[in-house]
Amino acid sequence: MAKIFAVTIILIAIASAIPIVMHMWPMPQDISTHGHLIDEQYTDTMWEAGLSFLASQFLLAFFVWKFSNTKPGDKVRSFPGGAAGLVIAAFLLVGTECLALGVFGVKAWASVYFTPPSANALPVQVQAGQFAFYFRYPGPDGTFGPLHANLINEANANFFGIDTTNDQDSKDDIVTAEMAIPVNREIHLLMHSKDVGHSFYVPELRVQQDFVPGLDVSIHFTATKIGKYEIVCTQLCGLGHYNMKAYLEVMSQEDYDNWLKQQAALQ
Amino acid sequence: MHDMSAHAVQHGAPTSFLRKHVFSLDHKVIGKQYYALALLAALIGMVLSWIMRIHLGFGSYAIPGLHLLSKTGAPGNVMTPEYYLQLMTMHGTIMVFFVLTTAPFAAFGNFFLPIQVGAEDMPFPHFNMMSFWVTFVGFLVLVASFFVGDGPTLGGWTQYAPLSAIGSTGGPGEGLGVVLWASSIAIFCVGQLLGSLNFITTTLDMRCKGMSLMRLPLSAWGWFITSIMGLTAFAVLMPACILLILDHVAGTSFFVPSNLVLNDQLLPHSGGSTLLWQHLFWFFGHPEVYIAIVPGMGIVSHILITNMRRPMLSHRVLIYSMGALAVLSYMVYGHHMFVSGMNPVSSLAFSFPTLIITIPSTIVVLIWLGSLYGSKLRINSASLFALGFISMFISGGVSGFFLAQPSIDIMLHATYFVVGHFHLVMGVAAMFGIFAGTYFWFPKMTGRMMNETLGKIHFWMSFVGAYCIFMPFHYLGIAGNVRRYQAFTDDYLIPLIPVHKFITFAALFTGLAQLIFVYNLIHSRFWGAKAPNDNPWEGTSLEWSTATPPPHNNFGDKMPVVYHDPYQYSVEGASSDYIMQTSPEQLKNAIEEK
Amino acid sequence: MATTVQQPPRIERRGSSQAPGNGGWRGLVPAGGNLRGVKNSSPPPASTGIWVILASITMTFAAFTSALIVRQGGATDWRHFTLPPVLYLNTLVIIGSSFTLEIARRRIAAFMEGLRNKDHTASPARWLYVTLFLGLLFVAGQTFAWMHLRSQGFGLASNVSYSFFYVLTVAHAVHVFGGLGGLVRVIGKLHHAALRRSTLDATARYWHFMGALWLYLLLLLWMKL
Repeated sequence: MAKIFAVTIILIAIASAIPIVMHMWPMPQDISTHGHLIDEQYTDTMWEAGLSFLASQFLLAFFVWKFSNTKPGDKVRSFPGGAAGLVIAAFLLVGTECLALGVFGVKAWASVYFTPPSANALPVQVQAGQFAFYFRYPGPDGTFGPLHANLINEANANFFGIDTTNDQDSKDDIVTAEMAIPVNREIHLLMHSKDVGHSFYVPELRVQQDFVPGLDVSIHFTATKIGKYEIVCTQLCGLGHYNMKAYLEVMSQEDYDNWLKQQAALQ
Repeated sequence: MHDMSAHAVQHGAPTSFLRKHVFSLDHKVIGKQYYALALLAALIGMVLSWIMRIHLGFGSYAIPGLHLLSKTGAPGNVMTPEYYLQLMTMHGTIMVFFVLTTAPFAAFGNFFLPIQVGAEDMPFPHFNMMSFWVTFVGFLVLVASFFVGDGPTLGGWTQYAPLSAIGSTGGPGEGLGVVLWASSIAIFCVGQLLGSLNFITTTLDMRCKGMSLMRLPLSAWGWFITSIMGLTAFAVLMPACILLILDHVAGTSFFVPSNLVLNDQLLPHSGGSTLLWQHLFWFFGHPEVYIAIVPGMGIVSHILITNMRRPMLSHRVLIYSMGALAVLSYMVYGHHMFVSGMNPVSSLAFSFPTLIITIPSTIVVLIWLGSLYGSKLRINSASLFALGFISMFISGGVSGFFLAQPSIDIMLHATYFVVGHFHLVMGVAAMFGIFAGTYFWFPKMTGRMMNETLGKIHFWMSFVGAYCIFMPFHYLGIAGNVRRYQAFTDDYLIPLIPVHKFITFAALFTGLAQLIFVYNLIHSRFWGAKAPNDNPWEGTSLEWSTATPPPHNNFGDKMPVVYHDPYQYSVEGASSDYIMQTSPEQLKNAIEEK
Repeated sequence: MATTVQQPPRIERRGSSQAPGNGGWRGLVPAGGNLRGVKNSSPPPASTGIWVILASITMTFAAFTSALIVRQGGATDWRHFTLPPVLYLNTLVIIGSSFTLEIARRRIAAFMEGLRNKDHTASPARWLYVTLFLGLLFVAGQTFAWMHLRSQGFGLASNVSYSFFYVLTVAHAVHVFGGLGGLVRVIGKLHHAALRRSTLDATARYWHFMGALWLYLLLLLWMKL
C-alpha cells in the first residue's frame, strides 16, 4: 500500500501541474500598461512554487516508497545533515526566495499604488451600490458636481444624488450604466460606495480594488487594447452579488468621443 | 515528590447518570462530548457543501426536499440567490468554529493532554465542563438562525461591515440572522477561553514527576501552543462581535459610516469605520487558522513517530517552529486586506511577515520528510492520513506564495484561488489530522479497533477526492473566477462551468467516503474488534502506559513517573525497539534533546 | 453570621510561591526558562490560571481600546463630554477596596499559617466583607453614573463617545461582578475550612487587576472622551 501511496502522490502532483503547464485555463490577457509587472511576478512565483510543490511531493512519495519496506534487523538511519542541515536549507532557499519575491514585488505594487495619476488622466467616477455599477463623466467643464446622498432616487434614475437644478458643475455631468474609455489614455477612477462594501475587478486590466463605504478611494490605469471587458464585483454585497457587473468598453479616441456625445444627449 | 493531594483535582468518580455522561467533570468525557459535537457539526457542514456544489454545478436543479430547510429559501426546491449565500455562510462558520477549532484542539486535547502530561485531570474541571456546554449553546444559537425569520445571515463567515451591521435593509437574514451569528460566536469565544485556561495550566502546572516541558510529546506541544493563541485571538473576536451586536440592536455606529443609502433611504448611522471590523476580525482570523492547523501538526507528528519507529530529526526544532508560526501569525493578518482600501504601505508591511512565515512552515515539512528518511514506516489508516496531511499541507501551502504578494493578490483576491488555498491547507489538512487522530486513538478511547479496510477505503477516496475538488479551484481562480457567486452569469465565467460540474461530482464522491467513516466509527464503537492490549501501536507516551479506556483518574493508584524523552524508538542497545516514557530502564544511547 | 472557625483549616504549607517558575509573576516564563527542568513540585494551578485569565481580559480591553482609537481618528463626529464626577468617587472606592482586600488577604494568610495570636482569629474574614461591600458600592456608583447620563438624555447611541463610555464601563463592571463572585467563593470556602492559599491569592490578584484596569479605563476615557 505504501507503494500505491507513493505512485498516487506522484500522479496527483503531475496531474495538478498539467493544467498550469498547458495553460488550460490561463489568466485573462493583459491589456494594461502595468500588468506585465504583475504577470512577471506571477510567473516567477509559479516557477518557484511549482518546483517546490513538485519536489516536496516527489520526496514524500519517494521516502514513503523506500522506507516502508522494512525487514527485521533494519536499522533506523538519520537524514544526512540532520535537522540542522534542513533548517539551514529552509532559511537559505525559502528565505531568499521570499525576500526576492517580496522585494521585486514592491515594484509591481508601487506601479499601481505609489505612482500618482498623471496630470492629464481622464477622471471617471464609479459608484457601487446594491447591485449595479454606475459611472459619471465630468462633462465639458471638467468638474464633477457635488453628491447629495439624500437625493439618491433609483426610480428617477438619479443614481448619484446629483442636483442639476442648483449645482452648476452638475449640469453637464454624464451618468452611464457602462464604462467606456479611450485606449492608451490614463484613467483616474474615483470610487465610492452608495451602501455596503463592493469591489471593482477587471482581470484583463490587472486591477482589483475594494470600495470602502465612507471613504473615497481612487486608482489609475491605462488600457492598451480595444475591446469589451467585464467589470465584476468581488466583495460580497448581498444577494445580487453574483450578478453585479458592468461592461467596460475600450475604444479609439474617436469612438469614445462619439459615445460620450451620445450619452450626454441621453441625460 | 509531586504532592498530588495538595492541588489534585478532587472530584471523585461520578455515580449519577447526569454526572457521568452529561455534566461530567472528567476531561475524557468532555473530550468525547466535543468530538461528538464536532462530528455533528461536520456532517451538517458537509451536507451544506453538497447542496452548494450541486447548485454551483447544475444551476436551477431542484434538489428534493430543499424547501423543508427554509420557508422562503427554496421555492419548488430551487435555491434562491440569497439562500445560497446563507448556506455558504453557515457552512463556513460551522466548519471553522465548530469543527476545525473543536475537534483537533478541544476534543483530542481535552481527552489526551492531561494523560500525556501525567495528570489526573485538568485543574479547573468545572470551567472545563462549562467550556463544552457553553460551546454547545453557541452551536445551538447558530443553528437556530436557520429557523428564524428570514433565515441565517448571508454575509459570509467573515461578516464584513457595513453589510453585517446595517440590519435587514441589507438583505434577507441580515437582521436577526446576524445577531444570532454574532451572539453564537461571542458565546463560542467564552467557551474557548475557558478551554484555553485549562490547557495552559495543565501543561505548565500538572506535569507528573520527571516530565519536563521538553519531554512532552509533540501533540501536547501542539495543544499548548494552540491554547495560547486561542487565549489572545478569541479575546479579541468577542469584543468585535459585541460591538457588531450593538450596531444592530442599540443604534450605535461602530462600523457603519455616514451617508449610506439603501432602497433610496438614507441610513441613520454615522461615522463608523468598516475597515475597523476587518482589522478586529482578521487580528483574530489569522491566528484562528493556525489554531485550526497547529494541533493537527502536533497530532500528525506524534502519529508519524509511532509509525516510523523513530523520533523526528529534531524534537526541539519542531516545537520552536510551531511556536514561531504562532508568534508570526499575529503579524500577518493584513494579508487578508491587501486591496481593502487600507494604506498600501500597510499592505507591503504585512506581506513581508507573510512571506517569512513560510520559513517555519517549510522547516516543519522538511523535518517531517527528513524524518521519513531511514525510518521503518508502518502503513495503516492512521499513518496514511498523517502522510496525507503532509501532502495536503504542502499543496495548500505553496499557493500561499502567490497570495502573500500584494501585487499578485490584485489578481487572485476574492477568487477561487483563495478558496482552494484555505480548503487544502486548513480544511482538508486539518480534517486529515482529525481522521489520523481518530484511527490512532480510537483503541485507547474505546478499547476497540476501527476497521482497517474501511479506514483505508476512507483514506483513498478522501485523498483522491479532495485533490479532485480543490486543485481545480486554483485553476478557476487564476482564470478570474470570483468567489461567493451563487451562479456564473458573466461572459468570461460561462466557459468555466464544466470545471464546476467536475468539482461537484468529486465533492459528492468525497462526501460518500465520509459516510463510510461515520459508519466505521459507530460500528467499531460497539462491535469493533477488541484492542489486543493497552498499547496496540507500541507507543511510548503516557497514554499508552495506562489502562484502556483509562480509569477515572487516568492512572489508577500510582501516578506515573517519567524517565525519558517521549520518543525512545529504535534505541541502540535497548531491550526492545521502543522504550516507554515510564520505563526506568537506563538507556546508554537514549535519544535526548540537549 | 459570626465567622468563628474552631481550628485552622488544613491547607498546604506552600511558601514556595516565590520560587522561580512556580506560578506568580515569574510563572509567566514556563519552568523559569529551563525547558528541561524537572521539578519535584509544581506551582499551584490557580496562580498560573489567574495570569491566563488576566491575559485574556487584557486582550479584550486592548481590542476595545484600539477600536476606540481607530473610530475616533477616522471620523469627525466625536463629541467630547465631561465624565460624570461620581466616577472619581467610584475610583476611590475601588482603590480602597484593593487596600481592604490586601489587609484581608494578609490576615487570612497569617490565620492559615497559624502565626497570629488569638486577637485576630475571631474574624479573619471581616476585611473580606468590607471589600465585598466596597465592590458592591463601586458597581452601585457606576450604575448611578449611567443613570445620571441617561436622565440627561445621553444613551448608548447618542454619540459614539457615549457608546464607548458605556461599552467600556459596562464591560469592566461585568468583570467586577466576576470578581465579587470570586470573593463570595473565598468567604464560603473559608467558612468551610476548605480555602487554599493559592485560591485566596489568585482571587486577590484578580480583584487588584480590576482596580488597575479601572484606573487605565478612567485615564483612557478622560483623555479621549
